[in-house]
Amino acid sequence: MDELPIRSGDDVVRIRQHVRNAAATTGLSLVDQTKLVTAASELARNTLIYGGGGLVRVEVVKSATGRAGVRLAFVDKGPGIANIDLALKDGWTSGTGLGLGLSGSRRLVDEFELTSRPGSGTSVVVVKWSR
Amino acid sequence: MDQVPILKIGRTLFVSIQIDLQDESVMRLQEDLAEELAATGASGVIIDITAVEIVDSFIGRMLTMIGQISRLFDAETVIVGMRPAVAITLTELGLSLNGVRTALDAEKGLAMLNGRA
Amino acid sequence: MDESKGRMAAFLRDNQDKVVGSWSELVAAGLRGRTSPEEVRHELEELYSLVIRDLSGADEHAAGELRAVLDELSRSRARNGFTPSETALGVFSLKEAVYELVADSADLVPEFLAFSRMVDGLGLRTFESYSSARERIITDQASSMMELSTPVVRLWDGIIAVPLVGTLDSERTQLVMEKLLETLVATGADHAVIDITGVPTVDTEVAQHLLKTVSAARLLGAECTISGIRPQVAQTIVSLGIEFGDIATKATLADALALALRQAGLKVVPA
Repeated sequence: MDELPIRSGDDVVRIRQHVRNAAATTGLSLVDQTKLVTAASELARNTLIYGGGGLVRVEVVKSATGRAGVRLAFVDKGPGIANIDLALKDGWTSGTGLGLGLSGSRRLVDEFELTSRPGSGTSVVVVKWSR
Repeated sequence: MDQVPILKIGRTLFVSIQIDLQDESVMRLQEDLAEELAATGASGVIIDITAVEIVDSFIGRMLTMIGQISRLFDAETVIVGMRPAVAITLTELGLSLNGVRTALDAEKGLAMLNGRA
Repeated sequence: MDESKGRMAAFLRDNQDKVVGSWSELVAAGLRGRTSPEEVRHELEELYSLVIRDLSGADEHAAGELRAVLDELSRSRARNGFTPSETALGVFSLKEAVYELVADSADLVPEFLAFSRMVDGLGLRTFESYSSARERIITDQASSMMELSTPVVRLWDGIIAVPLVGTLDSERTQLVMEKLLETLVATGADHAVIDITGVPTVDTEVAQHLLKTVSAARLLGAECTISGIRPQVAQTIVSLGIEFGDIATKATLADALALALRQAGLKVVPA
């Protein structure tokens, strides 16, 4: 497992590269790799902009059925999200992409877990499995 | 920071994004384009993203803003060469790139701009 | 607990010849003469040694090797036409072979119970290994079927069609989008017709999938038409309040082709 800091826009670019490399080792299809790296970019930016910076843990994982996958955990000690339901709200629409980018990222991955409390930071854990 | 070159051919400005751009490069591109549009009076902008592997909402917003800036100079923007994987991901994200047109490649993009004239 | 396992392991080691002999006979009998006792014995010797190694707990690799050997046994028996039950029963019969000897000495009774449970686990593993192999075959066939039933055809220069047959779920939609977009890039087409004549029900979810597909194709500069709107489907769409917005929809593929040709500035005239 690798831990990368999220302190600047350059870190976001670095994280994209790193996640892409990890995804390539798991046999994820090109489209799935693209989705995962894009989600990573979104979530890293969130951590930077709304969380005041933080870190991401990148891990290659194996499911009970033997499929390989990539697990990303974004953590920050920022102000936290007051209204999680609102943050995750957004059906598929031709939106302008404003907002926290959380709902969009959720659609790009297979597993999505958000934990946040005002005053104690936010953690977003996502997993994308190969087929 | 990498400065993305802007080519002028006829009344069209061409921009080819080759690498994973840093944020400052993205902002710089917007500024440079605005200046070029003002200086040249170009009527069209083609942004070639054939080499771009990831378009997240930040880049998407940048592309939309370039479209808006161009419109202020009475120019039209066409994004060309989007990769299938990127298109599928953007659709899933729900980003629609309002205000910019899209074409398969630079040739078709140019035809689109000229057809408009 | 480990001590008692060690005792069992020692007992098995000491009586290896007799136990494996009994076991081979039981297994060969269960295989109805389709495999010779010598072949069976050879297979079982290896398995037996691994069981002892795993029981004695000295070797941390033993458990993994044991699993691998069981999986291979399951595969080879299945290949030779034996049912998973026959394979599992063969493994279970080790208990019988050991019991024959243990029955005489009363002091290995608690150890035997634990050993018996372990053998149950091993037999079940061969069964599970068999069923996950079948699962993989089914999944592979399902995705082959999906691949084959999602063709993208060229109707004319610059006009391609995707005739969809069957339900359009999210997994299928991903495949359709990938194939459609790849074909757009490969052919340089600027018009795609998505024909849904063969899609039995069009509900809100299917409509969303179609809208997504059209959105993605548009990002590659292609215009899309949805054809094959049957009368009942039209009524369902309206009553569900589904809006196709600025996407052209036509009753038949022919109508859609005519529209695409018109948009391409082409006309069909008698020869």
